[in-house]
Amino acid sequence: MKTKKTAYPYLLWMLLFTIVPICMVAYYAFTDAQGNFTFDTFISAADYSQVFLYSLWVALISTFICLVLAYPLSFMISRCDEHKQSMIIMFIMVPMWMNFLLRIYAWVQILQNYGPLDTLLNFIGIDVTLIGNSGATILGMVYEFLPFMILPIHTVMSKIDNSLIEAAQDLGASRFYVFKNVVFPLSVPGIISGVTMVFVPTASTFLVAQYLGGTQFMIGDVIERVFQSDHHTGSAIALVLMVVILGFLVFMNKFGDEEAVGV
Amino acid sequence: MKKLSQKIYFGLIMGFLYLPLIYLIAYSFNDGKTSVWKGFTLKWYVALFQDSQIMQSLYNSLLVAFLASLFATILGTLAAIGIYNFKGGYRTVVQTVSNIPIINPEIVTGVSLMLLFTMAGTLFGFEMGFVTVLLAHIGFCTPYVILNVTPRLKRMDSSIYEAALDLGCSPIKAFFKVVLPEIMPGIFSGMLISFTYSLDDFVITYFTRGSKFQTLPIQIYTMTHQRINPKANALSALLFVAILLILILINIRNNKEAEKSRA
Repeated sequence: MKTKKTAYPYLLWMLLFTIVPICMVAYYAFTDAQGNFTFDTFISAADYSQVFLYSLWVALISTFICLVLAYPLSFMISRCDEHKQSMIIMFIMVPMWMNFLLRIYAWVQILQNYGPLDTLLNFIGIDVTLIGNSGATILGMVYEFLPFMILPIHTVMSKIDNSLIEAAQDLGASRFYVFKNVVFPLSVPGIISGVTMVFVPTASTFLVAQYLGGTQFMIGDVIERVFQSDHHTGSAIALVLMVVILGFLVFMNKFGDEEAVGV
Repeated sequence: MKKLSQKIYFGLIMGFLYLPLIYLIAYSFNDGKTSVWKGFTLKWYVALFQDSQIMQSLYNSLLVAFLASLFATILGTLAAIGIYNFKGGYRTVVQTVSNIPIINPEIVTGVSLMLLFTMAGTLFGFEMGFVTVLLAHIGFCTPYVILNVTPRLKRMDSSIYEAALDLGCSPIKAFFKVVLPEIMPGIFSGMLISFTYSLDDFVITYFTRGSKFQTLPIQIYTMTHQRINPKANALSALLFVAILLILILINIRNNKEAEKSRA
């Protein structure tokens, strides 16, 4: 029990399968096909900066929609009795267990031209293309990651004691004041982890845009495409993505700590 | 949820989460390939079970998930014990590196491992396939085992282990008789998470599988990419029923345990 030796196999494992692969991405990103040091890979990678910004934009919008949908729902769930809460949370998690490709594939079927929704809208005289655009991609992302927003916010909210809210109300606080000064500050840690858990996978996700977004690919799709022909440029894009995501995580972490001190 | 408006909102979100799944399941019984209802049939289920490729990839997925969760559990439990005995800054570094596969975008992990396996393949003369997929899966499962076992170790009273040694137990025997039962719930949940993550993984498998090895998510991708395939609907329906059964069983077990601890 007092031994450190049992961790040694895993230290070796991490070296081989975590550190070395990341170093290889960095190595490929800074070299050309002959193995000479170069920045040209990043110049080729800059061709995809539009896609990169588009991915961050989709992630931002999807995260915002998830937050707006999940926040009131999480509060409502947290005010139910305990047994009912765990039942509801279980039913929110069931779709998450389904393979993500099948869930996206379900939306492909629903949104496709001459599909059920399209037929219905045509019937009442609205003629729009539902699939093959940013809207469909964002819908897919929200569907995919909404539970990741609900769960952490619900966890912190279920710890807010009803008597705290009642005390504020007894002291004459209006409903808005109770929300602003009691419920919201206490729920901030949940919001932060929810935003992180939705934003990171959305920004880097792969295939959802290929299924729903038509030709508007996201950065994950681009990395896969580029890697098929050019490991060096592909590595450069992957490296930039990794640095941006890690920067975002550090930022959210710091933000979270400061907020927690403020509360 | 007392008010009608709250009930409606809750109903809308649940509808949003479940309608796509209901659609998938309903159309698995449709005697036609489009969204037009042509009558009830079970032929897609028959076709599903007769498709030897799908059955083979199901078997591959289960095999990889079983082996990956087994190895990850052993590697991770030993690592958690060793890391627990590390001191200060060293421990923080090891824990941070260990979490890289969790926080890094999946696609970056995928391509980095592909670079490693491709290079090792040319050096030692092998092709990516079952073994590389298994290694990759062990790699992203082990951190989850560590994250589940470590809190159990921290909560454990280390004097129990010392008492066992004082009473004449060998360290090995004391580990199996005293430590293991204490941390068992953490090991078990780590293993369960590993199994489900491995079974469900698409992105990392996609980059490490080579050209021949198929798992179920890869098979789902080939079935649904850019076309509608009712066999995928039938597969969804079966997976949905399996997931529902497992979750209900887990819930019943948890409720029984909660009752036991109350009594």
